[in-house]
Amino acid sequence: MTTTLISGATLPDGTTTDLVIADGVIAERGVGLSAPAGARVLDATGLVALPGLVDLHTHLREPGFEQSETVLSGTRAAAAGGFTAVFAMANTMPVSDTAGVVEQVQTLGDAAGYATVRPIGAVTVGLAGERLSEIGAMAKSRAAVRVFSDDGKCVHDSLLMRRALEYVKTFDGVVAQHAQDPRLTENAQMNEGALSSELGLKGWPAVAEESIIARDVLLAEHVGARLHICHLSTAGSVDVVRWAKARGIEVTAEVTPHHLLLTEELIRSYDARYKVNPPLRRDEDVRALREGLVDGTIDIVATDHAPHPEESKDCEWDHASFGMVGLESALSVVQAAMVDTGLFGWADVARVLSQTPAAIGRLNGHSHSFGVGSNANLAFVDPASSSTFSTDRLAGKSHNSPYLGMTLPGSVRHTFHRGYPTVLDGVVLDASEVAAAHVKAGVFRG
Amino acid sequence: MRHLLSTRDLLREDAIGLLDIAEDMSEVQNREVKKLPTLRGKTVVNLFFEDSTRTRTSFEVAAKRLSADVINFSAKGSSVSKGESLKDTAQTLAAMGADGVVIRHSASGAPQVLAQSGWIDAGVVNAGDGTHEHPTQALLDAFTMRRRIHGDAARGRDLDGVSVMIVGDVLHSRVARSNLWLLETLGAHVTFVAPATLVPVGASTWPVDIRYDLDVALAEVRPDVVMMLRIQQERMNAAFFPTTREYARQWGLDDERLLALRPDSIVMHPGPMNRGLEISSRAADSAQSTVIEQVANGVSIRMAVLYSLLSGDREARS
Repeated sequence: MTTTLISGATLPDGTTTDLVIADGVIAERGVGLSAPAGARVLDATGLVALPGLVDLHTHLREPGFEQSETVLSGTRAAAAGGFTAVFAMANTMPVSDTAGVVEQVQTLGDAAGYATVRPIGAVTVGLAGERLSEIGAMAKSRAAVRVFSDDGKCVHDSLLMRRALEYVKTFDGVVAQHAQDPRLTENAQMNEGALSSELGLKGWPAVAEESIIARDVLLAEHVGARLHICHLSTAGSVDVVRWAKARGIEVTAEVTPHHLLLTEELIRSYDARYKVNPPLRRDEDVRALREGLVDGTIDIVATDHAPHPEESKDCEWDHASFGMVGLESALSVVQAAMVDTGLFGWADVARVLSQTPAAIGRLNGHSHSFGVGSNANLAFVDPASSSTFSTDRLAGKSHNSPYLGMTLPGSVRHTFHRGYPTVLDGVVLDASEVAAAHVKAGVFRG
Repeated sequence: MRHLLSTRDLLREDAIGLLDIAEDMSEVQNREVKKLPTLRGKTVVNLFFEDSTRTRTSFEVAAKRLSADVINFSAKGSSVSKGESLKDTAQTLAAMGADGVVIRHSASGAPQVLAQSGWIDAGVVNAGDGTHEHPTQALLDAFTMRRRIHGDAARGRDLDGVSVMIVGDVLHSRVARSNLWLLETLGAHVTFVAPATLVPVGASTWPVDIRYDLDVALAEVRPDVVMMLRIQQERMNAAFFPTTREYARQWGLDDERLLALRPDSIVMHPGPMNRGLEISSRAADSAQSTVIEQVANGVSIRMAVLYSLLSGDREARS
């Protein structure tokens, strides 16, 4: 495996260092390191080195929806965005509710090599919300599933949610809840308020999210289990989670990049690229989410990368699919919303986009110390650059990004997964090259 | 004007301009020969994804009186009802050389999507989209009010100071929305009266007074215009109100409430009416009722809209 010398990178804590990457780990760290013989040398002056980003909420669509994304194309998108690990949501076809399916997803991820793929198991059979799936079998499988979610659907039956929280605790897992009261959101299209009323689009009230979160934190407290809340989108949700944490309840929460930057006003265009679940909310919600992320109420940023083919978006709003791609743009959006606004330093970015999601998902081997001997999962970002976001930046199969045409700061220059590059100088490396490098790096269970 | 998609974005002078052209069109309708050669050689497509015999017929008559060729394209009930087919349908119509598309769709925003899609270059008229807007209905309602209030001196006038009360299912009504925006632009004062379940969330931020009690509202506001909205059959099963009997008693324009109106107040209904539910027969058929005038005025307004969008060289003005 090629050794790499990276010179002059700025670590999240602001110090500048050289790094030598060899045999999958950080082999040397210090100032003025000399390049080992035959080493690739990258000048990282002005670049920020981050631990490889970890996405707790990705839809890779395979098996079943390969016209939208595959494990290979989705992890390419991940690499392009600086991610070295992704948790793949369970709403595939067949649903990832058995050991066989999660092991298949795991195998496809290993074969691609662009990122560590950790399958998420469905909480209920077929995401139907009726009976528990084989959570134990998935936990004990080769895929060693630790995160369970019916994402896309809410586990809305109170008794079933209680049982899921209790049962998942048995395996040191966590239930990631998609908080959406189904009755309050039947055929809902966008955030409910004056704008939905004006546009004539059926409203999606904030209370449909907040009431489920309130119930679930109380259930988690009652049974003493861990709970993770997917994609918080309202100011009220932040308040409920803040209250729950103050009470000592073991709850973690995520926010998506798009909910940190975009508002419902964009929907005036009826452009279905802005149609997403949960929906884009008001300006005051965006502010509350940023505050929640700053004060630690919200633990992580996760992309909810949701690829769709063109025909799913090129139509009437009511008929369009929910979701946006997000892996390739996440870091730029977080920089725009949090760093360039002065709310966050790069150490905070490393925490919410790598360290904490890894901890919630029980992902091993993703070190954040930059210490000698630690696994070399790394992303190098140029924070000073700024460009119009275009399809050139999209490395997955689908182009349903809400940012196309927007000017965004920052770009990922290099990504290293387990010591080998997946992105160099902003270019995603060939699939065959990456797969070969991954084989050389050997089998690894994150 | 390139398209007519909403009244919310309609400027005051454009709105009054359309109403004035409709006055001219109305005069043509009183002639023995009702036809103008204005749109000869132009093709207007009525693209209806939702049934509406009244509105479609009104547009058809309007286009024919302007000598346009009219094609009725009903997409309801066929496999043409999902998104991809709006694109395919639009491209098909473009290939056939449609100059104007009058679109009725159950999905809010579909006319705007069509207008900004690049799939077709035709002028787009929104003939009702979901619960969003129905701009030609609002224009014909404003035209009807202006005529009743100003008579032959209506040309060039707005509706400054006119008090309009819109009663009923505002939540699901594109007519109520289009009327509110247009009436506000023309200087009228609007009141919504409805049970709280049928008032849109956030409507308190709109330029409208919201009332729940119809009797109190009628007594206090003494409106110039009372506009009753149709109660759709499907709302009755969705817990918006307990029974139609209770609804009619609380929010229907019954005989007693008709008698309590000012003698010069007018009664409007966009049709089709549920007689005995939101409006009594006596109210619907009274001298104060404008229901039939609204239908006739609808043709004049739609002639004015098609004329404004399609006459002359569209490309040069786009």
